[in-house]
Amino acid sequence: MAAPAKRVEQLDRVVIRFAGDSGDGMQLTGDRFTSETAQLGNDISTLPNFPAEIRAPAGTLPGVSSFQVHFADYDILTPGDSPNVLVAMNPAALKANLSELPAGADLIVNTDEFTKRNLAKVGYASSPLDDGSLSGYSVHPVALTSMTVGALAGLGIAKKDAERAKNMFALGLLSWMYSRPFESTLRFLERKFAKRPELVEANKTAFRAGWNYGETTELFSVRYEIKPAKMQPGTYRNITGNQALALGLVAATVRSKLPLFLGAYPITPASDILHELSKHKRFGITTMQAEDEIAAIGAALGAAYGGALGVTTTSGPGVALKGETISLAIALELPLVIVDVQRAGPSTGMPTKTEQADLNMALYGRHGEAPLAVIAPKSPSDCFHAALEAARIALTYRTPVILLSDNYVANGSEPWLLPSVDELPDLSVSFTTEPNAPDGKFLPYLRDPATMARPWAVPGTPGLEHRIGGLEKADKTGDISYDPANHEFMVRTRAARIEAIQVPDVDVEDPSEAARVLVLGWGSTYGPIGAACRALRQRGLTIAQAHLRHMSPLPDNLGEVLKSYEKVVIPEMNLGQLAHVIRARYLVDAVPFNQVSGLPFTAATLENMLEDVVKNG
Amino acid sequence: MASPAIPLKLTMKDFKSDQEVRWCPGCGDYAILAAVQSFMPELGIPRENIVFVSGIGCSSRFPYYMNTYGMHSIHGRAPAIATGLSASRPDLSVWVVTGDGDALSIGGNHLIHALRRNVNLKILLFNNRIYGLTKGQYSPTSELGKITKSTPAGSADSPFNPLSLALGAEATFVARTIDSDRKHLQSVLRAAAEHEGSAFVEIYQNCNIFNDGAFDLIKDADSRDEHLIRLEQGQPITFGRDNEFSVVHPEGSFGLQVQPGGTPLVHDATVEDPAYAFALSRLSGSDLNTTPIGVFRNVQRPSYDEIVRKQLLDAQAQSTGAPEEMLNDLLNSGDTWTIL
Repeated sequence: MAAPAKRVEQLDRVVIRFAGDSGDGMQLTGDRFTSETAQLGNDISTLPNFPAEIRAPAGTLPGVSSFQVHFADYDILTPGDSPNVLVAMNPAALKANLSELPAGADLIVNTDEFTKRNLAKVGYASSPLDDGSLSGYSVHPVALTSMTVGALAGLGIAKKDAERAKNMFALGLLSWMYSRPFESTLRFLERKFAKRPELVEANKTAFRAGWNYGETTELFSVRYEIKPAKMQPGTYRNITGNQALALGLVAATVRSKLPLFLGAYPITPASDILHELSKHKRFGITTMQAEDEIAAIGAALGAAYGGALGVTTTSGPGVALKGETISLAIALELPLVIVDVQRAGPSTGMPTKTEQADLNMALYGRHGEAPLAVIAPKSPSDCFHAALEAARIALTYRTPVILLSDNYVANGSEPWLLPSVDELPDLSVSFTTEPNAPDGKFLPYLRDPATMARPWAVPGTPGLEHRIGGLEKADKTGDISYDPANHEFMVRTRAARIEAIQVPDVDVEDPSEAARVLVLGWGSTYGPIGAACRALRQRGLTIAQAHLRHMSPLPDNLGEVLKSYEKVVIPEMNLGQLAHVIRARYLVDAVPFNQVSGLPFTAATLENMLEDVVKNG
Repeated sequence: MASPAIPLKLTMKDFKSDQEVRWCPGCGDYAILAAVQSFMPELGIPRENIVFVSGIGCSSRFPYYMNTYGMHSIHGRAPAIATGLSASRPDLSVWVVTGDGDALSIGGNHLIHALRRNVNLKILLFNNRIYGLTKGQYSPTSELGKITKSTPAGSADSPFNPLSLALGAEATFVARTIDSDRKHLQSVLRAAAEHEGSAFVEIYQNCNIFNDGAFDLIKDADSRDEHLIRLEQGQPITFGRDNEFSVVHPEGSFGLQVQPGGTPLVHDATVEDPAYAFALSRLSGSDLNTTPIGVFRNVQRPSYDEIVRKQLLDAQAQSTGAPEEMLNDLLNSGDTWTIL
């Protein structure tokens, strides 16, 4: 694979979308390209997009799976609005993605799949490769499948296996085009197919064939280079939100010195957290795949009662089922972390698409006055820190905490500057081991004046035997109480203790210090909002950006921040749930901007909207 | 949190909490509470290592009256909560107190899965065949045609046989006893406590307000001998005023039968095939006409707790280094790159 004598062009950023049938291995291809790109030191942001069906009918529009990777020589915030390069493995992939492709973009098409039958499946009367409909693009027709099969001839591989290696041919070609280092991919293939050496060889051969094809064919006259981004010194790895969240929970068990107990029921898009944590038993982590969502949180709460860091992971439908147990945890005042990786609802909705529409449920979705803490990560790598923060609040304040991730950050990835373990927060707790009343009795609901938390006296502690439950409890003693004044006091106390949780102030980013418009976001919209703000500022407009991580309690300075701008705009992937909260609580006439398509905001959408607000008020 | 070296000298009084017991006067729960409280010292387990977890219903008030650790949780969920506690705290003796509505209706799913997993729980199901706390609706163990507030024309659904259900759910220990027979109740508790894994104990309990006399046929001195079958390990299964009835296995039959005389089966709860215990459980229906009590099934199978524990210990034995070092290695695993 010697360097070719082809023109090399420098680019500052590229967005590539790999699209194919669910069975074509596009997620894997995208993942490997991302990993190669990370090795090179570009900044990266990725967006996988796949159907909920494991194998939708081959060659159909619902079966299209894609993976978009944006990489640049500067720091980027989103996976990119529209691709500069589309790799379309079949007519369905072309049809499903073409509308998002800007004129002039590169289009690499697997011509072998453009058969009459496949064209008909997606309603093409004639082949777009021949009828001139792609004339606005730079089309590179490549017989990916047959060239792969040809390259593997002589290896003694079954035709079907040979055809399946076409994604590696495509990866090889793209790796050549963008001058990616490929050693990690070859190592990966050795690991992945360790049990079938013939497939290691086949996939490596296909990869090399793709690379060599790029080098020799006249179809590709230019190779591109994207210099490493200027990033903070340190060690990085590329990470998805779900992986980061799982690692954050591992860090929480280490830093709290408490065993972690995860109760979970498989649900898209949260299951990967269960998968990841189940691998880390050496840290004293127990994972239980429960019989249902209710049992999952029940077991986690039971473990928390016994002194573990109790965690349950799910998505919106699961949170709905867990509601009664969350209320119990609120009454028992025990620490518990509930992870909701949001997806498009209601009901089953679109399980593999993203949305932020569980905020109302997280804040209010329980019977009775049942407040708790809610936090939301802003990016894939931030899921690590959000998990630690959720554990900190749960353990310090003895309360359930809902962590609102979503499909966009959960499956998206970005480079993560690895933290030093020593610098992670110390989450150690002390269990109560001695009676806490002057008369030598134990009062399970006597509160710590600083945190308003009640003692955590775990079973096995002699002399502190006590009973707790869902019935209203008398202040201090925790005995059953139907006393009206006591209930009023306890309801108000449960609300006050959540409000008293110490959370950092919200930061405002406004380099001009002259902005009149504030854009307020929360959770996963951080990337596109930030990218839109940058673009506006580059064009000489002023705008301020604030992003919430703590949704309950809200930061103390939020009201003051909101009131110091003429206009507040709140983009959300729901119908205005945070906007409602802000308007009700601060009497600020915030303007909602909503999108519920199952897809994240593009930076351009937000840029256009914000430009209009900034210019026209 | 190991047990102290010197034997514990606890008494029934040590297990009474300071809470006033608030069941209806005459409720069968009082007798069960007294039987449990006076049995507990026998376990030799320090009070602090015993936990009672309950759901919702009259029986589920039970933990408040035990001077141990306890949680009165939510309807039907006690087995799930207790599973998390037991699996993460092998040093504890965890008891679940539940009722026919709690365990078999709203919490049916958790019950069968706790039994299937063989979690190290002692599950006491107080079966009074009625909803008491909600004031008298029929329950999943009420007889077909039961006339209650919610079924003025009679209930239309057939009841569960709790023991058949437990056996179908792969329970390793299944027993039945009666609230008013303290000696028998305690003998069953003893066997349950000794069992490693899930022990399922159905306790027939009289609700004197909404379903009074439900079990009189097998309780009253003048009728019980002809209807109550006491199962004893290694003993022939006979009953009657003069032991004139036998439980037999007729040739060619799938089930067991009661007949006068004949060669009775010798009871063996350790039979691996659950078909035997299941056949025993089918001897009694809603009519209680021939009702076995005692331990139906008592077999050994690794508990969920034990398997989970072993996986943890094995993983920990294979790893070296302080947790912080392992965490650092984990964070730095995979494809990393360094920017200087």
